[in-house]
Amino acid sequence: MGLLSKKDSKLILDPLADNNPITIQVLGICSALAITAQLKPSIVMAISVVFVLGVGNVVISLMRNIIPSKIRIIVQLIVVATLVIMVDQVLKAFAYELSKELSVFIGLIITNCIIMGRFEAFALGNGPWRSFLDGIGNAAGYGIILIIVGFFRELLGSGTLFGFKVLGDPVEKSGLYAIGYENNGFMVLPPMALIVVGIIIWVQRSKNKALIEEN
Amino acid sequence: MAINTDKNSYTVIFAIVMVIVVGSLLAGFASGLKPLVKANERYEKQQNILYAMGVNDNEGTNDVTFISTDRVEGEFEKYITKQLVIEGEKVTEDDKAYLIDLKKEETKAKDKSYTRRLPLFIGEKEGKEIYVIPVRGKGLWDAIWGFVAVDKMMTVQGVYFDHKGETPGLGAEIKQRYFMDDFVGEKFLNEGDFEGIKVAKGNNDPKNTDTTDNEVDALAGATITGDGVSAMLKKDIRMYVPYFKKLNQ
Repeated sequence: MGLLSKKDSKLILDPLADNNPITIQVLGICSALAITAQLKPSIVMAISVVFVLGVGNVVISLMRNIIPSKIRIIVQLIVVATLVIMVDQVLKAFAYELSKELSVFIGLIITNCIIMGRFEAFALGNGPWRSFLDGIGNAAGYGIILIIVGFFRELLGSGTLFGFKVLGDPVEKSGLYAIGYENNGFMVLPPMALIVVGIIIWVQRSKNKALIEEN
Repeated sequence: MAINTDKNSYTVIFAIVMVIVVGSLLAGFASGLKPLVKANERYEKQQNILYAMGVNDNEGTNDVTFISTDRVEGEFEKYITKQLVIEGEKVTEDDKAYLIDLKKEETKAKDKSYTRRLPLFIGEKEGKEIYVIPVRGKGLWDAIWGFVAVDKMMTVQGVYFDHKGETPGLGAEIKQRYFMDDFVGEKFLNEGDFEGIKVAKGNNDPKNTDTTDNEVDALAGATITGDGVSAMLKKDIRMYVPYFKKLNQ
């Protein structure tokens, strides 16, 4: 990578696989379970988190020398909340349709522990540029898992992708359904997301033995 | 000069300054964008009413597309011939009836002496008179609402449902075509009496060929949202029954 130094590109690439916030650190699980029944909301949530975490990390990093340590968690919370409310308002005014689709997820971003985690663990101790990269990297790592889970849950649960009936029509019995295939209704329920995340963790650790913890 | 960020006085001052900065930033932001947001909400209501009547930009069988926002005001004037406000026995015309806030009316109606203002939109499409009734109720997580278009005999011509925060993929499916289209042709009356339309599990009619059973097929995994839709229709449409009885006399 010519654009970024080796150390900097590690900031982006590490969280994508070997230090993934969901599968390795097991953070941000609530939202990963709640909104991945379909592919589209998963992607939208991923993009929103990339924005909030990228910008939030920069803001916290710029303020890192003047934040009183006693109230730093509250300050971090205010920064996230402010960003999220601003995004929400702008969407409502300029992209109303989109904002309606996202309303709940936008609010959910505030409660995402990955964001607070990166503010606390990284942005408070590093410069704005590195914090920005770290934010983008972690949010992308989170987003990738979301999209994988959303893909399988929508495909196996509803037989659709982005709402398109890719496996045929279950009512008309066309496509795969003609030979007796059935949708797995369990896939649309949140517990299945946990199992899918579990499978991803299993696959990842069996590929890379270094990730397996002792005990 | 390094600042001592551990001092109590610094912490307090920092907190105060932060609250003032963030507070005024957000307040300015929100009030600056308010006119735009309000206009969007108004257009949306008009789009919803027109959608329920069957005036839309749908393409294909799965698509839910409203009349675009730049055309909606003109179309609304074209199709909606009359807007009524029903207050008990009294019926008045009011071309701002679509701005009546159902939530506020519901709260006010808790006081028994208050006569609730019920908005009703009368439109004409292809020579047929259509009555659009707004409804509002509770889903699993938050509010659900919608517009129901019926003819004189209270047979459904079209519906539009929306929600604030139902689960994506489950309860949120109430705003999908395949669910909303099931209501078309269903009847609110059963042998002249109000029966409502139930979102029913296991009604043995997934293709919805029977339109006289006062039932539509429920969504898998969205029992409580479905029950919310049934309850909402029962509660809000019932209030309009006297008006329709009079109309048919």
